[in-house]
Amino acid sequence: MEYRFTLPIKPEDIKKLKVGDILYVTGKIFTARDEAHHLMLEKKSIPFDPSDMGLFHCGPLMKKVGDRWEVVSAGPTTSSRMEIFEDKFIEKFKINLIIGKGGMGKNTQKALQKYICIYASYTGGAGALAAEKAEEVENVFWLDELGMPEAVWIMRVKEFGPLVIAMDSHGKSIFNRN
Amino acid sequence: MDSKDLEKGIVQLIKKAETELPKDVITALEKAYKVEIGIAKTQIGAILENIKLAKKTGRPMCQDTGIQTFFVEVGVDFPEISKLKRIITGGVKKATKDIPIRPNTVDPFTGVNHKDNTGDNVPYITWDFTDGSDVTITALPKGGGSENMSKLGMLKPGVGIEGVKNFVVEEMIKAAGQPCPPTIVGIGIGGGADLSLKLGKKALLRPVGVRNNDKNIAKIEEELIKRINASGIGPMGLGGKITVLDVHIEKAHRHPASLPVGLAVQCWADRRAKMIIHKNGSWEVK
Repeated sequence: MEYRFTLPIKPEDIKKLKVGDILYVTGKIFTARDEAHHLMLEKKSIPFDPSDMGLFHCGPLMKKVGDRWEVVSAGPTTSSRMEIFEDKFIEKFKINLIIGKGGMGKNTQKALQKYICIYASYTGGAGALAAEKAEEVENVFWLDELGMPEAVWIMRVKEFGPLVIAMDSHGKSIFNRN
Repeated sequence: MDSKDLEKGIVQLIKKAETELPKDVITALEKAYKVEIGIAKTQIGAILENIKLAKKTGRPMCQDTGIQTFFVEVGVDFPEISKLKRIITGGVKKATKDIPIRPNTVDPFTGVNHKDNTGDNVPYITWDFTDGSDVTITALPKGGGSENMSKLGMLKPGVGIEGVKNFVVEEMIKAAGQPCPPTIVGIGIGGGADLSLKLGKKALLRPVGVRNNDKNIAKIEEELIKRINASGIGPMGLGGKITVLDVHIEKAHRHPASLPVGLAVQCWADRRAKMIIHKNGSWEVK
């Protein structure tokens, strides 16, 4: 099945999504890699509310034009590096959509079921395609501290995809085919 | 010789590598698109669309623009050999801003990003010397996701070539979707630990579809392609027929007690470009 949703996705819609479905999303997503996961979990409060956004495992290539940032290239990074943080991250920030590549482990799989969340795979390396779907960079946090790839970038995307539902909220994973 | 002009040439070389995939790789991906169905086909479709967009818009095809890696063949009669390293480094700094490419060099101790793609021992340059007066620089920007799947196997010579083949297949199955398949696998066999890995990386310079000159090695390359593709890992690890676009093997004679196998993995974005500098300072990028 192919779905088109506006973010945030309602829990009943998350439940509809099954491994192998194709998804396109419109709305706000934020990038976070290893360092940003670590920092956001450590902090008592953060300057934005991730709960209505998709989490994108991505270290984008950005360009400053005047006083605005533009997305040059922004494909996914390898998700397995975030496995050590992700269950705690889902619990703390109430996110229900994770976009990355390569799949995640058992702890994330359990958290996806417990908190009704999905993991969607975006084509690795398709950075130019992703950039074309990014309409606006809304904000950036911890840029000086973490540098461009590791900073948290908030961007508005339109028809972002094709995303493949790779791990769903029912305990299924495309990566454990037998 | 005009160093500033040559730095511009390096920027053009990097831009070509980052925004235009070599024809041999595109042809292999187009073939994969025909063979695949379902989700695997959507992945190759997205890759092909991405390649077109990158070329059209001048955007780097992948946000991970890699560690800038160069293989330089210096003609011994080239008059200004001593300037080459500075020109390459200067070009990398300029490319970071002008193209732009992602600042990808981080101090391993402090975690501080150098912000211009240079730093201690990077860009990574391999120097070779040859006859004549031309300099040929091959750029191979190398992404982190695929590089993280590199492996060194110091095998026991007793396992023989069968053991080498099994090691490669097992490691590629373990890597699964992480190195952004369909990948190109470079294998260096023999030499020492460092040489085998170096040969593996050098093997990636060979165009996709070109076999080793040695017929027996060429057969092993073909066998490995079949065995890795039989895993069903498929594009992005989501399942499918094509997990590798090609396997390239290079060899060196080994110590009697050692059988090193260096595995270099390249994502589908097998970015390569060439620049030739002539002795009068004129240059071209191919």
